[in-house]
Amino acid sequence: MLICMDKVLEVKHLKLYYFTQKGVVRAVDDISFDLKKGESLGLVGESGCGKSTTALALLNMPARPGKIVGGKIILDGEDIVPLSENEMRKKIRWEKISMVFQGAMNCLTPVYTVGKQMMETLQEHGEMDSIQAKKRILKYINLVGLSEDVIRRYPHELSGGMKQRIVIATALFLEPEIVICDEPTTALDVVVQAQIINLMKELKQKLGLSLIFITHDLATEAEVADRLVVMYAGKVVEIGTNEQIYGEQGPAHPYTQKLLKATPRLHEKVNELAFIPGAPPDLLDPPSGCRFHLRCSEVMEKCKTEEPALVEIEPKHWVACWRCQHG
Amino acid sequence: MDNVIVKVENLKKWFPIRRTIGELFRHEQKWVRAVDGITFSIDKGKIFGLVGESGCGKTTTGKLLMKLLEPTGGKIMFEGKDVTHLEPEALKKYRRSVQMIFQDPYASMNPRFRARDVLEEPLIIHHISEDRAEREKLVSRALEEVRLIPPEEFMSRFPHMLSGGQRQRVATARTLILSPSMIVADEPVSMIDLSTRAEILHMMKAVQRELNLTYLYITHDLSTARYFTDQIAVMYLGKIVEMGESDEIIDHPVHPYTKALIAAVCEPVSGKVNRIKEVPIKGEVPSAEDIPRGCRFHPRCVYARTQCWKEEEPQLVEVSSGHWAACRIFA
Repeated sequence: MLICMDKVLEVKHLKLYYFTQKGVVRAVDDISFDLKKGESLGLVGESGCGKSTTALALLNMPARPGKIVGGKIILDGEDIVPLSENEMRKKIRWEKISMVFQGAMNCLTPVYTVGKQMMETLQEHGEMDSIQAKKRILKYINLVGLSEDVIRRYPHELSGGMKQRIVIATALFLEPEIVICDEPTTALDVVVQAQIINLMKELKQKLGLSLIFITHDLATEAEVADRLVVMYAGKVVEIGTNEQIYGEQGPAHPYTQKLLKATPRLHEKVNELAFIPGAPPDLLDPPSGCRFHLRCSEVMEKCKTEEPALVEIEPKHWVACWRCQHG
Repeated sequence: MDNVIVKVENLKKWFPIRRTIGELFRHEQKWVRAVDGITFSIDKGKIFGLVGESGCGKTTTGKLLMKLLEPTGGKIMFEGKDVTHLEPEALKKYRRSVQMIFQDPYASMNPRFRARDVLEEPLIIHHISEDRAEREKLVSRALEEVRLIPPEEFMSRFPHMLSGGQRQRVATARTLILSPSMIVADEPVSMIDLSTRAEILHMMKAVQRELNLTYLYITHDLSTARYFTDQIAVMYLGKIVEMGESDEIIDHPVHPYTKALIAAVCEPVSGKVNRIKEVPIKGEVPSAEDIPRGCRFHPRCVYARTQCWKEEEPQLVEVSSGHWAACRIFA
């Protein structure tokens, strides 16, 4: 890695709970990780494990009835959790940290041309005049590999891949340092998926972006993530580099191990795919001890009562599992 | 040849496009050629995978086989009989032997029906058993087959009380209850979490072996197709471009489109982060309304030569035993 490794974002003991009528859903429960400059960080886990909730928390805009109840999000040395909605909107969102939302490509307004929709973002944020704004739009349209005439087109005239590129361009406009991508390739065809992944890698290199890449698919993550944060039931269970997770040694946490085994590989003949029995727990009433113990095949007595902390078992490799702490 | 359960010959489904006034006067009609002449056969007790990107006609093919759509042309033979066009009575009988699992387990079940009602309905429609207690027995047996144990516990649950995986199990049980000989499964696991995806495929395979079923497995995902199927047909814009044993197709692809698809698949191995992956394909899928002449893949093909668009469309040719491809250059 040539780029210096200073942290651009640090999440410390972040908690986001949803206060529903049935009770408190602890969707993100005390998670900590950091993001270094020019790095792409993968956030993986099953649906309902708190990936998207974490992303929303990073923009300090929890979906109702959610609320950040604790922890810090440090961006450029400043904690953004106590900031007001107004400050967030003016100084942070899209200027410093932007997001490609899940399914955003289907949320483009059908009645406006693409150019007009993109212009809106710029005008909302800057004092740019329309000529400058247009220049900026064209610059980013080229950067994401589209031809300039798309700005006069309506969303229905574009393919899924093109719409996704538009959404990515929109996220980049105000030159943020950090871009969060929530399942950017899930609804796309394999070929388009590969093209979008390539695009993200190019953009990361050209613009020196730091990326947070959220997906449930470990195979996609292997292509994009320098480092991985594995989440389960609102907790971080493992953090490791690409090599530590996908390399020969393999991941340390039983959950990551199983998830990796359940991921089909194209060039290997397997007769039996592994799977994880059961379903993720209900976060209204998470299990005691390690949250994974009900589905874990290597469960011990201690796992049922005491919660393991995230411990560094080798440089840069953090695991929250009692097994790893003994051996 | 006795072993063949379904044989499809030159099957076509063209959808008419609404005409403009000009076209109306000129008596012109444009078509979306969703399925444009495909031929394949499935052996009894085998799993046949239909793979392709969205819009390639794989779901339309499934619907044609289910007789949910009337074909525009071609022939479907099922267990030696021509079922291309069926009278309502015969159709009802046909539907007993061919059943379908849909993609979205959240939308394919009536939210006001308990699992018991969901499973009972086909029995009532097909007059299988008029006796309630007997139906109950069949329902609980079907639930056991899909490993929802104990069946009594699941019978009284509403769909919202089931997880995605459990719903897809109930959907499978619903198809099994009529003891069909063939099941059309349209992306049965694409909406299910990765950790349970393997579990569902595993269950479907176990049931298939136990009951000697035949599956038509429709998917866009080559990696599950390799694990799940015996044979694969790759579709592009309404045509089959390559067909053969699953391992053979994935390890030794011949058609440039198959090669591109395989190159695009992500795999969970390390050391790929800083590499830009090369996918040997150009542009995007053209509309099925305006299919390119010659080989329909030529505008996107990186190997295309003049003959590819000047000459007629290439037909499927056997490149090695049981491995067919439609390409002028490689086959």
